[in-house]
Amino acid sequence: MPQGVLAFAEQVEGSFRKIAYEVVSEGRRLADALSEPLTAVVLGSGVEKIAEALRQYGADTILVGDDPALADYTTDLYTSVLAGVARQRDPRLFLLGASTRGKDLAARLAARLNTGLAMECVALELQERTLVATRPIFGGKVVARVALKGTPQMAAVRPNVMDIVETHTEATVERLAVDGGQTRTNVVEKKGEGAAKVELTEADIVVSGGRGMGGPDFSIVEELAEVLGAAVGASRSAVDEGWRPHADQVGQTGKVVSPNLYIACGISGAIQHLAGMGSSKYIVAINKDSEAPIFRKADYGIVGDLFKVVPAITAEVRKIKG
Amino acid sequence: MEIVVLLKQVPDTEATIQIATGGTTIKTDDIKWVINPYDELAVEEALRIKESQGGGKVTILSVGKDRAVESIRTALAMGADEGIRIDDPALEGTDGLGTARVLAAALKQIPFTLVIAGMRAVDDDGYLIPAAVAEFLDLPQISMVVKQEIREGKIRCERMVEGGTDVVEAKLPILFTTQRGINEPRYASLPGIMKAKKKPLQTKTLADIGIAPADVGQENAKCVVQALSFPPERAAGKIIQGETAEAKAAELVRLLREEAKVL
Repeated sequence: MPQGVLAFAEQVEGSFRKIAYEVVSEGRRLADALSEPLTAVVLGSGVEKIAEALRQYGADTILVGDDPALADYTTDLYTSVLAGVARQRDPRLFLLGASTRGKDLAARLAARLNTGLAMECVALELQERTLVATRPIFGGKVVARVALKGTPQMAAVRPNVMDIVETHTEATVERLAVDGGQTRTNVVEKKGEGAAKVELTEADIVVSGGRGMGGPDFSIVEELAEVLGAAVGASRSAVDEGWRPHADQVGQTGKVVSPNLYIACGISGAIQHLAGMGSSKYIVAINKDSEAPIFRKADYGIVGDLFKVVPAITAEVRKIKG
Repeated sequence: MEIVVLLKQVPDTEATIQIATGGTTIKTDDIKWVINPYDELAVEEALRIKESQGGGKVTILSVGKDRAVESIRTALAMGADEGIRIDDPALEGTDGLGTARVLAAALKQIPFTLVIAGMRAVDDDGYLIPAAVAEFLDLPQISMVVKQEIREGKIRCERMVEGGTDVVEAKLPILFTTQRGINEPRYASLPGIMKAKKKPLQTKTLADIGIAPADVGQENAKCVVQALSFPPERAAGKIIQGETAEAKAAELVRLLREEAKVL
């Protein structure tokens, strides 16, 4: 009989991503609902020390696959190690984070284990021990509730959505035997963007610019983002114009973000953009056109010249942050 | 080089989506259907690889109803050589894993060195099928690629990950998925459209690719839609008044601190 919850805690370069705590916290909540144990699993090289941190988020057992071959994420090796864990431990539920690597991994695992997977989930619940996931589809225009079948029932949760809850445990840490095996894809180089850059999908605050920016100079948006500790985003038209890289695009064909605060500067609010940020907790819109559709979604709107308003907000935030 | 592109027809991203009676599917009439934008990138990348390798063949493979012919023809008009569409009444209600099994079975009948697909389809946002196809064919995968280079039987891909870019290498054959930024898809030219009409486009049933109807369909789905709904409507909020930009900014920051409590 499958039993318990398995939660994959993603780490990169020896640090957990925020999503790792979100996945383990959500795993704890579901394990409690089932009255079954939560097992967290960490893969990497030299990660045994950091793994203990998962005791703070409610893991009953922490499995560590610590091997130089796991230093970089590779689909083949991560899949084979985790498929082995799933087969041996036979969990009822298997949760992962829907980060870039997490989605690659979850999809391959679901196929290997021949089981149901819901991707980019924003809520999970149990219906008589069956996992039911809520996930946006059509880029957020529609919300689907899907029931998972198979063993384990798998879900990859969207970053920045699940609450991080501290629950202290005395979890034991167990080492997994890792058989290096064959990896057919090899990471030959990693180009970092610098630690200062806030990842869009993980940011608490996002400041985005659109067509109203009028050109590639996003300095006023970047300055506001900097004082807020926010990530910088862009609308599709700003990206199509070549003003910003594709990695910054928020929308149905870009990244979907769910920050506490989303500040849209000079973005009219095309349906495909709204799809990518509509689940933000608070939305602020700054636009010179009072009829712009974005104002119908915004909690707070300012009709005006963004080149005056945005620097004024930056100055105001600086004042309060001293 | 022989390249297969996995293509899905989806509603245009500007389309308004309505939920059909029954509440588990969407209304499909009055929708403008297009090639999934990420698959369009895959078609373009396949064509560029074929051109740079000085030859080969690009085959479009799609699971879809009659209307999907139009999207396959568009890909042929862009320059792909041949289309294969899998259609069968037994496919109704098939989930992502089932569809991946169908695509994998069809791929077993096509010679290829590369399989390229969009990193996700913008309708069900499943992110599952390409990886599952790779798994069923025991192929390595590299997902969300923004740049690739093929040399001497090896591919080198850049993929965007949180906080940076990974450069990944693998030997061919492989499946990779395309992310925005990899290219700007060409438009089909008028001569291209004319030529596309004469290019081979076959339709295959499940029997043709050796899949039993019992292996697909709603009955075998491991991911079952219970209900569709619309996200809660956001009520329009306050338009902040003020004489100057500074006054409006000050009021906004006050509201964000005191009312929303997000600063």
